[in-house]
Formats: sequence, structure tokens, C-alpha cells
Amino acid sequence: MFYREAGQFKSSYQADQAIFPIIQDRWFMAIVFVVAYLVIPLIADEYWFQAVLIPFYVFAIAAIGLNILTGYCGQVSLGSGAFMAVGAYATFKLVTGFPELNIIIAFLLSGLFAAAVGMIFGLPSLRIKGFYLAVATLAAQFFILWVFNKVAWFFNYNPSGFITAPPREVFGFLVSGPEAAPVTRYYVSLIFLTIFAFAAKNMARGHLGRAWMAIRDMDVAAEIIGIRPLHTKLLAFGISSFFCGVAGALYIFVWLGSAETEAFDLLNVSFPVLFMIIIGGLGSVLGSILGAGFITILPIFLTNAPPMVGIAISADFAKHLEEIIFGVMIIFFLIVEPAGFNRLWQIAKEKIRKWPFPY
Amino acid sequence: MKTKSLLLVAAGIAIGATGALESKKAYSAELFFPHTVYRTGAYAPSGIPSANGFRDYYALLNKRDGGIEGHKVVSEECEFKYNTKIGVECYEKLKGKHGGAMLVNPYSTGLTYQLIPKAPVNKIPILSMGYGRTAAADGRVFPWVFNFPATYWSQASAVINYIGAQEGGLGNLKGKHIAHVYHNSAYGKEANPTLDALSAKLGFKLTKLAVDHPGQEQKATWLQIRRKKPDWVFMSGWGVMNQVAIKEAASIGFPMTKFIGNWWSASDADVIPAGDNAIGYKGTNMHPAGTKPKVIQDIIKHIYGGDMAKAKANNVGEVLYNRAVLGAFYATEVVRDAVKLAGGKRPSGDQVREAFENLNMSEARLVKSGMKGYAPSFKVSCRNHEGNAPGVLIQQWSGSKWTTDGKFYPAMNDVVRPMVEKAAAAYAKENKIKPRDC
Amino acid sequence: MEVLNTFFVAPFLDMGSDLIFLTEVIIGGMMAGIMYSLVALGFVLIYKASGVFNYAQGAMVLFAALTLVGLMERHVPLVLAIILTMGVMIGLAFLIERYMLRKLVNQAQIILFMAAIGLNFVFEGAGQIAWGSNVKKLDVGIPDKSFEFGGILLNSFDLFAACTAAILVAILALFFQKTPTGRALRAVADDHQAALAVGIPLNTIWVIVWSVAGFVALVAGIMWGGKAGVQFSLVLIALKALPVLILGGFESVPGAIIGGLLIGIFEKISEVYWGPAFGGAIEGWFAYMAALIFLMFRPQGLFGEKIIERV
Repeated sequence: MFYREAGQFKSSYQADQAIFPIIQDRWFMAIVFVVAYLVIPLIADEYWFQAVLIPFYVFAIAAIGLNILTGYCGQVSLGSGAFMAVGAYATFKLVTGFPELNIIIAFLLSGLFAAAVGMIFGLPSLRIKGFYLAVATLAAQFFILWVFNKVAWFFNYNPSGFITAPPREVFGFLVSGPEAAPVTRYYVSLIFLTIFAFAAKNMARGHLGRAWMAIRDMDVAAEIIGIRPLHTKLLAFGISSFFCGVAGALYIFVWLGSAETEAFDLLNVSFPVLFMIIIGGLGSVLGSILGAGFITILPIFLTNAPPMVGIAISADFAKHLEEIIFGVMIIFFLIVEPAGFNRLWQIAKEKIRKWPFPY
Repeated sequence: MKTKSLLLVAAGIAIGATGALESKKAYSAELFFPHTVYRTGAYAPSGIPSANGFRDYYALLNKRDGGIEGHKVVSEECEFKYNTKIGVECYEKLKGKHGGAMLVNPYSTGLTYQLIPKAPVNKIPILSMGYGRTAAADGRVFPWVFNFPATYWSQASAVINYIGAQEGGLGNLKGKHIAHVYHNSAYGKEANPTLDALSAKLGFKLTKLAVDHPGQEQKATWLQIRRKKPDWVFMSGWGVMNQVAIKEAASIGFPMTKFIGNWWSASDADVIPAGDNAIGYKGTNMHPAGTKPKVIQDIIKHIYGGDMAKAKANNVGEVLYNRAVLGAFYATEVVRDAVKLAGGKRPSGDQVREAFENLNMSEARLVKSGMKGYAPSFKVSCRNHEGNAPGVLIQQWSGSKWTTDGKFYPAMNDVVRPMVEKAAAAYAKENKIKPRDC
Repeated sequence: MEVLNTFFVAPFLDMGSDLIFLTEVIIGGMMAGIMYSLVALGFVLIYKASGVFNYAQGAMVLFAALTLVGLMERHVPLVLAIILTMGVMIGLAFLIERYMLRKLVNQAQIILFMAAIGLNFVFEGAGQIAWGSNVKKLDVGIPDKSFEFGGILLNSFDLFAACTAAILVAILALFFQKTPTGRALRAVADDHQAALAVGIPLNTIWVIVWSVAGFVALVAGIMWGGKAGVQFSLVLIALKALPVLILGGFESVPGAIIGGLLIGIFEKISEVYWGPAFGGAIEGWFAYMAALIFLMFRPQGLFGEKIIERV
């Protein structure tokens, strides 16, 4: 009844190719933006910012990055943690080496470093495919973290190898360092997520995105119709690593505050980011965001739910139970909808379109 | 099913409510000690005794002494699997509960690093007893962090002191060969700068061998030791790495009596899987292990009703359990001072910090609290947050229990302290902190 | 020049200077490699028959070992405990087939991989709820003594593990080649649909394969658990099996063994001879790098099936 395209005529190509061609979608997005930019900052407290929202947004950026590579271009990667680490350590070197540098610019520059590293480790993808490639990206994961752990230059020769986010201001607002207000850090991550999500969406529906999808569906065929595999795959690796790099920089500078390489390890970062895009939906920007939300918020919800309703169980038992429920939910979800949240969302839209008179 | 769970919920709420009422009746205020624990995951074998020690000592204070100066001790655990990220979430969740945390015991070096910048903002002091950032011993740069009675660097120098004593004087170390086997993480690398400095000063040869997390496979490391034949091996290990290292050391025939673990590498869980092969293995410690000390006896009496089997099942008397009791003792003593500072009321974060800086664990005080011979004695100052008498005990595994000769091996303050202050100054510069004058 | 010397000349001179030690390193590497193979075998079996890249193999190792130790702590005799544990693993294989695999037929490999990770969480949580997270000593009576043989240090436990792996592979080979079930398994591995068409019951085959993988997990659990006690970190040995898999090929049982030996030798040689030059702890990424470089020349691993692409 409410969600109908009937009567919405497009009189220009521009209107026809808009990201949200239907007015109801635009309204919906407007509401989402109002909630994210105005309502949440008013009602959320520090715990929500620090434990739920900021990690959600940061991981959403990383998930979009990995989805470009894995979802759109079909190259399974388990090295996202390492590319995030490149972003974080590059930012650390930039902001400590050039204290006057605006930290936002440092984030973007570090993204470029990550992109360069990503392209180098993307080279084997021309020969190696499928799970062999996935396991081969682990070489990047372990090697890069080893370098950051070993070469003291990367952490400014401090004895323990931790990098710490120094206080930095942007337009008079402190965005990193311990004194930075959670709400400022929230906005920084949200703005980055907004820009990156739109950028990814646009890339995916353009020339580049179509080339990626052709490679994903069958790279030999794509090559025959004139898509250069080297060029396309490396661009996917580069852009994906750029996203991951910026996400990694935000992860340390806007969220955690300090870290050692352990914060980027396989089980802490690379796997969860992969879960996010699978649960969210491969080849979908919206899916990456929903998946990131699901994977970051579900464990926190499961930890906090029993005490909330007054059931007192010991902390360790709760954690084990949480693991089991988390695992069962993943399996259950894959059985119910292997194409992820994105597909569920589309099904919901179809249903609304026909509501209240389904046929 | 539904009614049943509803009933359960209702019962839970009712219990919670009556519990709250009761505490209001008996005590004037609540002193909250949050606790991040790891009873699950890869480091659970170390996390479980530690968590039990804290839990039991807090319970003991309430039961035996009626809390701290008449205030109830409240503690809450948050499971973080030794995962720094989850630990941060735990901290955010716990810090404001029960009227606010008195202090935090992160019990993880990674998490401590994470919380150090947050401490002054939230006004919650950190007690990282024998772990965390060594440079935090400089109170001018880190006013909110305390790491008495000894840091990793002090420990490493004390171990060299011990080795020197075994070799018949520090002068004899010249030309000797010491290997440091370390967990390849921030924690494991802590001792390296000190050992480097001492190697240059005393003229012994130092070989550093890193073992990657988790450390289940160390053949390469121990083959190198077999070939290089160091006189002594010092280990900064953690978790499964310790157990494998002890086994591998035995299998290459390295003498256990020349193999010393740091205080996180010499617990009961580390030696038991190796069985008899571990006999003679040494480790550093700050306190005696076992159930003999008075405070442990008190716990067995008051918490476990004298049931030794039950106490054993809860790790009472194990190295890490006793260390947790020590940590809880220091934490609660500081808060006791803070309560006095606040005139008997619930102290603020600033008052707790002040109490920390004026802490004087004199022998007399230890005697009074029944901790003589258990807790080391020292004095904290505004400048020195490590305490003025860092050092270690050396304990040895006999096959069934840890024994110690009770001798105290002091740290080399003249070497360690300048390094601490240098590292702290570098941190201050990087993070634009203006050191205090004191 | 200096750099060239430390990285390319000195390590080789070092190797040549002490041949006995070099042999020791190689044997040590083979012993470690066999232990990796024990884990990799489980991966290969399941991947062959059901196309699942079973990340949960590590958690299965933990679960099996925990169950065995838990039973032994309750004074169940060893043989009975092993039989009971096997029963549990078979029961789990049945449940996995019934509630997971059957519902995920024909899904993309990455979805199956994800489901295996979900399974991994379930195993981790359930194992620890049932048996606790503390480290447990596992002693099934395997001798653990070191001795020198011609100046070369050997360890009886390692030798025992190597023999076990050899026997295990022999049994598996016989099982695959000589029994009707084994032939059915190979048929399923070759082509699911063709196997179904000739009347091979896919569901039963899956239960059998997951049970066999459970058995391999139990053996790996006994070996690894005997080395360092049974505890949560057993889960992480799955990561040690991955380079073995890419080197040996995902579908090949001999590949898992030879890949394991090669990775083990390579790791130890790199750590012992190149470790000091790089600064130590390089064996982790060296194994992956070696496998990666190898894949550049042979993208399907040593014994993997040749990838033929048609448009």
C-alpha cells in the first residue's frame, strides 16, 4: 500500500539511475540518517558509544572493504586484519612523525599505504583461486603482523611494541586520544562509514563493479570479453585494502586507543570480518553493514541479556553458552537464508510492496 | 515452558531485591571492585585460579571483618577470554556500577595498556600488580597507574641477581651465556631491554628466542638451545607455551635447575602436564605458594568451612591463586586508607589515588593484617609507583609443590630506574603529557 | 654485501658445518610435521567427501581430547574411555549430518565454510561447559623419553606419534581402497550427483566420513594433548594444518602427510638457520610463504586435482 513504484515516472537518465530511485526509499534513508546523526547521539550513553556503536561502524567499513574483494570480485581473503594493521601502523607513524598533520588526512594516506600493500599481496590471485587463495592470503596476515611486531621502527622503538593514539584535533574537536569525547568519535566513524558506503555502492554499480562481477562469475569468460584480469583483480585488492586500512586506523585511533599486533590477529579481526559479509550477504553494501551490526552486537547482547532479565549465571558459563548460541545462530541463519541479510531485506521489500493484498 | 521461565525471572528479581535490601541494612556503603576475568579460552588455566583468588579474598573480608571499615566489599566479574577488545567492553560496562569502581585490576598486560589512557579521564586508578606497562612505575607521567611490588624490568634484573648469586657473584657472569625464551607479544618482550642493558654491563652473552602465540610447537627454539648450550634459560611465557617449553626442555635434557620462569610462567598448571620431567624447575614469585600462610588458612576456614577438598578444587594455595589474594589484599588495603582519608565515607577516585601514592606497607602493618611473610613490604611515593623495594623470591617445583628458600633477591634499581624514567619521558612526549613535579 | 652474506651465504655455511645437528633439525621438523598432518588429515577427509572446508576440525580435536580426559578422570579405563569417546564423536557426526549438512546441500563452498566456523563455536562452548576450561594432564601410557642415536637426539613420544600417523594412513588407505564403503566414499568425492544416481546413499556416507574425521581428531587429540596437556589452545592447531593443506592439496590423503613433513622440515630449518638473521619467530609465516610460493607454480597443491576451467 505504501511501498509502490507505480506513478513514479523518471524523465531523465539521471533520475533513472539514482541510487535510490523510489521516493519511499529516499524517505527511508532520510529517516535512517536522522536517527544515526541526530537521535542516537542524544540518547546513547558512553557504554553504547564505546562498546557497541563505534566498533559497529568501524567494522562495517572493513566489511564493505572485504565485500568489494570477496563479494563483488570473488577473491576470498583472510588477510583483512593485516591490511587493517597496515592502516593503523601507518597512521601511527604519520601522526607521530608529523604532529601538525590533520589526522583525517593521515587516515586517508594510511589507506593508500594499505592499498599498496594489498595490491602486492593480491598478485598471487592471478594464479591461485578459491580456498587456496584464501589460505594463501594468510601468508599476508601472518607476515605483516610479524613485521609490525618485530621491526621497532613501526612502534617508535618503545620497549613493549604497543602503539598509542595521541590526542589530535580536527576543527577544534578532539577526535583521538583518551580525552576525546565519545560522541565526537562516534561522528567521525559515522561520517567515514557514510562516505565509504556511498562510494562502494557507486563503484559497484558502475563500470568497475560490473568488471568485478564478471571476474567473480567466471574469470576466464571475463578475460575473453575483454576485461583485464590483472588490472581488475588488483584494483579490487587495492580498493578493498584502502577501505580496510582506513577502518584499521579508525579501529585504533577512534575506538581502542592503543593496541599491539594481537588486536589484528586472525581470530580477532580477519575471521569476524569475513563472517560479517557472509551473514550480511556477499556482494552487497547494505548487507556488509547489517552483518557488521549482527556480529558486533549479538555477542554483547547475549552477554548482557541474562542479567537484564534477572537470571544470575556465572560469567564463564554465560560465555560458553554465548559461544554455543552464536554458533547455532550462524548455522541456523545459513540454513534459513544462505544469501544473508541483504536477501532477507529484499524479500521484506517484496512483501511490503504487495501488502496488504498479496497474490 | 513460558510460565517456568517467567517464574525463574521473577525469582531472580526477588533474590536480587532482597539481596540489595540486606546489604543496605548491614553496611553503610558499597565499595565496588570490578574484575575482568578469563575463565574460558586459551588462557583459562591461568585465569581460573586468579579469578577464584580475588573472589575468595573479597568474600573473606566481608565474612571475617565485616567489609572494609564497615563498608561492604562488592565485586563483579566480567568474562573477557583474555581478549583485549572484550576487556574494554567489560571495563565500560563495569566502571559505573554500584556507584563507581574504586580501582581496576585488569589482570592482562594487553588490557592494562588499553586502560592506562582512560584512567585519568574516568578517575579510576589501575593496580597492575606485576604486569602491564613497566614505564608506569614513573608516577610523574602515569599518576593513575600503580605496579608495585615489582615490574617486569625489576624482575629481570632480580633474576640476573639470582643467577649471579648461584654463580658465586655478579662478577662471574662475564662470559656466561643466558637465553631468554619469550612470548612474542608486548608482554613477553618487556624483559628484553633490561636484559640487553645488563648483558652489556655485566658481560654475559644473551640469546633472545621468540616463540609465537600460542606456542604449542617449540622444537625449533629448543633445538637452538640444545646447540648453543646456554648456562641459564630465563622464560617469559604464558599459557600453553609454558607447558610445552618445560616438556621440550626436559626432552633435550636441559637441566631444570638452570631453567627459570618469570612469575607468569611458573604456576601449578604449567608444571603439571610435564609430570616428573618438571621437577627442579624454578620460577620467580612475590609471595609463598601453598596453603600454610595465615590468610589462606582464613579463607579455607571462613569461605570453605574447613573443607580442604573443596578448597583444592577451587585452586586454593596454587601460585596464581595466592597471587590473586595478594593483589586483592593490596587493593583493599589501599581502599581502606582511602576510606580513612574520606573520613569514613565512600572515597572518590582522587582519594583512592591519593591513598595509593601514600601507601606504606610497613612490616608493622603487615603484622597487624596477618600478612607477615606473605606480602612484601614497600613504600609507594608520588614519583615511584613501583614501591621502593622491588625484588623476587625464587621458588622451585618439587614434583608436588612449590618450595622456596625464602631469600629475597632485590632488583638492580640503579640500572632499571633510569630506563623506566626514559621510557616514561618518551611516552609523555608522544602523548603530550606534562609530567608532574615530584 | 653484508646483507647478502647474512641471508644467503651464512645460513648454508652454518648448515654444512654441523651435519649431525642439521639431521637433528630435519628429524625434529619431520616429527613436528607429522603432528600437523594428523590434524590436516581430518580436513582432507571431510573436504573430499562433503566439500566442506571444515574449520571445526581443531575444535573437534579439543572436544574429543576433553571427552577422553574427562572420562579418564572419572576412572573409566582407557580402552573403554576411547570407545565411549568414539561413540560420542559418531553421535555428533550423526547430528551434524542430520541438522546441518543435509540442510545445506548444494550451497556455495564459502557458505559451508562459514557453517563449519559456526560449528567450531558450538564445539568450543559445549566442550568447555561439559568438561571445564582447566588444563588437564593426558597420560595414555606413551613413553616420553629422549635418547641419542648416533649423536642424534630422538624422543620416544615423537617416534610413537610418527608410527601412529603411519598406521593411521595405512588404515585409511585400506579403508578407501578395499572396502565397499571406502569405494562409495571415493565415488561421492568424485561426483556427488553421479554417486547418487548409482544409488549410493549420500547421507550415510557423510555420517561415516564425519565419524572417521572424529576418529582422526581423537588420535590427534591424544597426541597433541599428551604433549602439552589438554586445554583450549588445542583449537588453534587448526591454523598449523592450513599451510599443510595448501601444500599437499585439499583432496589428497598422501598430500596431507607429505605436505606435513615438508612444512615441518621447512619451518624448523628456517627458524633455526634464518631465524636469528630475521629476528626470530619466523616459522609461522615462513610456512605460509613457502606454501604460497609453491602454489604460484602449482596452483592445486602437490597432489590436488588439476583445475580445468572451461567457459
